[in-house]
Formats: sequence, structure tokens, C-alpha cells
Amino acid sequence: MANTQVLRLIRAVDAADSPAELVKAVEDLAATGAEAAIPTLIAVLSYSNPRAARAAVDGLIKLDITAVPFLLEHIQEGSSYSARAWAIEALSGIGDPQGLETLLRATTQDFSMSVRRAAARGLGKLRWQMMASEQVLSGQSKVIETLFQAVQDSEWIVRYAAVVGLQGFAAAVFISCPSWVISIEMRLAQTAGSDDSLAVQARPCWPSSKFSPV
Amino acid sequence: MSSASSFENSGLSSASAGVCTLSLEQAIEYLRGSDLSLRVYAAWWLGRFRIDDIRAVAALSEALADEDDRTVAGGYPLRRSAARALGKLGNQSAVSALMSSLGCSDFHVREAAAQSLGILGAQESIAKLTELLKNEVAGTEASLEEPELIQPYDAVLEALGALGASAAVPVIETFLQHPVERVQYAAARALYQLSETASAARQYGDFLIQALSHQKLQLRRAALADLGAIGYLPAAGAIASALAENSLKLIALKGLLEKQLEQSEGDFLCEESVKVMQMMDALL
Repeated sequence: MANTQVLRLIRAVDAADSPAELVKAVEDLAATGAEAAIPTLIAVLSYSNPRAARAAVDGLIKLDITAVPFLLEHIQEGSSYSARAWAIEALSGIGDPQGLETLLRATTQDFSMSVRRAAARGLGKLRWQMMASEQVLSGQSKVIETLFQAVQDSEWIVRYAAVVGLQGFAAAVFISCPSWVISIEMRLAQTAGSDDSLAVQARPCWPSSKFSPV
Repeated sequence: MSSASSFENSGLSSASAGVCTLSLEQAIEYLRGSDLSLRVYAAWWLGRFRIDDIRAVAALSEALADEDDRTVAGGYPLRRSAARALGKLGNQSAVSALMSSLGCSDFHVREAAAQSLGILGAQESIAKLTELLKNEVAGTEASLEEPELIQPYDAVLEALGALGASAAVPVIETFLQHPVERVQYAAARALYQLSETASAARQYGDFLIQALSHQKLQLRRAALADLGAIGYLPAAGAIASALAENSLKLIALKGLLEKQLEQSEGDFLCEESVKVMQMMDALL
């Protein structure tokens, strides 16, 4: 797409003066898949318009690893918790291991439960094949340690996301590290039997992929 | 209800939630002391950490009659805070003091008292709550904010639904036509809970599903909270695709899932539960 066309769509986002117009403009901009759209899509994450933010996240996920450095910078800059949650969601959706440290920190240290939730989920979706092979093992051991912590979070939604994250992670290391899969199974059995929330207890009983431990 | 908008801004973050900065004795001392800001803080603290101790309940119940902490407009901040905290403590000995608070002139004190009585399952408050709904309690003043309401109808309706007050159904039904949508939703939520059969309840659940497409985000949030509270399974798809924050949609879906799990009793995961979990996973 021509740059002028992208620029026109960026202007339309800036000029939108109703929530519906904003949504439409963001959807159009996201559909371009243009790198130049990234800063604008990220700015939209801070507007309190969930539908526009959702469209921006989908657009950023489609831009894949190109969007990652921008997202990391945005998260570090100290955005509002809801903007941060959306950015973490985009990062999780992309699954680029460049985001590993950010996701690890967000899972256990962010004050917002929405951010911790999205980050815990993201740790189960990392594309390890994109990481330099000598770094994989140490990265993975941090992930399992962090998710074991998250499964004890004070908020049910973070524990729920950590269960899903652990299942996803187990599927990723099913062949390479079967011993981790066994410890995940044991940890999830404990959650199923003892979590305070019925929904979190139930989640490990449903394996979302055939490699997920029950 | 209001939990939707204050979600995650409830003061303490959960990262620091484990840190109890006060002790029970200190909180009670503050609560009975003369520093107004510390009194409100102590009341909030006792509720936040659910300090269910008979001394805490007694001190908070006393605070419901406080006359020192008044706003310019005549509100009672300490009473509001104490009434909310008493619901969180879950102690039945607070019921009679909370019932007296239903007659307080401050709208928000009545609102908090009604919510707490609903949480405490206080059957004995049904008659008084119904009087409030009919606006038969003397000396109560309307809310000062928009939309101006004579009584905290949504909180009262919610409590009556939770308490299974089937005798109040005819009065509650009149609120389905209330000019304030939030009040209509609360009436639908209560009527759903008070319906004798699932087929009679459906119309109220479906009414709340309609509300999920309201133009105003605030009202979509309210409908999400109501659907989660009643656990209306046919709403699952509409909740998942509603235009609102994922966090609120997840809470609503959790309500549906848990209702389903309770009904299927025990370790068996039915197809419906799995469907709800799939939707939740997609929102994480």
C-alpha cells in the first residue's frame, strides 16, 4: 500500500471524533499491515475504547515481530494499566521470545491483575524455535518457575491464566523435557484439588491440547 | 454494579495485598479515635482484609451511628465505609445495625447497607428493603449525583433477589419500566433469581443479553456483572463478543462456569462448561 494511503488512514484515526468513527478508522489502519501504522496502533491502546483497542491489538499481532520492539518500549514507558494489559496481550499473541523478560516480570510483578493475567497466558505461547538454541533451556526454566508462582497469585484470573499458560508450556516442552511435564501435571493436580475458586479448580481438568497434562 | 468501574482501582494492588499495615487492635483504636481520615481508613482496612472478629464487628456497627464525619452536603463517609466493611466480614451480628442504616438520610449509606444485608443473607431485612423500594421509609434523601434517584434501587433490588424475596416480586416488576436503565437491569436480575421455573426466568436473562448491546459502555458493563451474577448460560456467546474489557467479560463468564459446575455437581465437566472455558481462554 502506498505510504500516502497509510498516512491518510493514520490521520483518520487522529481525527476521529466519535467512538464508532475511531473503531472504523483503527480497523482500516490495522488492515493495511503497514509498519508505519505501529505507533498509531499503539497509541490507541491508551484510549478508553475497548473495541478500538481490540482492533489495534489484532493489527499489531498481524504485524508480528515487526511490532515487538515498539510494544516493549511502550510497556517500559509506564503506560496506564489498561494500555499495558492490551500491549502485553499483543506481545503474548505474537509469542516472540524477545518479549520473554518483559512477560516474566509482568506475570509476577505488575500491580494490575489484567497485565499479570495476559502475561501468564503469553508465557505459554512463546515460539521457542525463534530463540537462539543455547538460551532456550535457561529461558524455559524461568518460565516454569514464574508460572508456578503465578498459579498461586491472589487473584483467581491470574491463577486461571497460569493454568492455561502451564498447559501451553507443557505442550511446548513435551518432547524436550518430559520431566517438566510431570512436575506441571503434579502442580495442576494440586490446583484442581485445592484452589479457592471453582473455575480455577475446573480448568486443569480440561486439557486444551492433546499434549496438555490432565 | 459499581465494582465494574472501580475494578482494579480498589486502592491496594494485589501485589501489596499481602502486607497488612495495621493490626486489629490498632484499627479498632483508629476507628474509635478522633482523626476522621484514620477512622475511614480503619473501616476500609477491616473490610479489605476481612477481619472477622467480634470486636471489629462491634466497632464498625458503632460507626454506623457516627455523627462526627459529615460532608458539606450532609453525607456520612464513615458510615458508608463501615456499612460496606460489615458486608465483607460476613458476620451475622451486624444485621440489626445495618437494618437501622436502611433508614439513614444519606443515600450511599442506605446503598451500602442494602448491599451488605444481601451479602449476609439477612432474611429479616426483606420487609424493610421492600419498604425502601416502595419509598415508605421516612427521612431518606435522594442521591445528589446524576441520575437522581430517590432510593438506591439497584442495590435494594439486588439484595432482594439474592435473599429470595419472592413476596416482593409484584413491586420489583414495576421497576422493569424504570427510566434509569441500570435500575431496570437490577430488576431483571432479581426477577431472574426469584422466578420459580427456568422457563419463567428466561425472559429476564434474555433482557440482560439485550442490554449487552447498549450504546453506553457503562451499561454494557452493568449487564455483564448482572449476567455473571445469575450465571445465565445462554448468554455465554453474547458475553464473549460484548464490547467491553476482557477482564469484565472473564468475570461474567466465570459466573456462568461456576453456576454450571455447581449444577453438574462435582468432578464431571459437561460440554457446556468446556464451551465456556474455551471462550474464557480466548479472552485471557
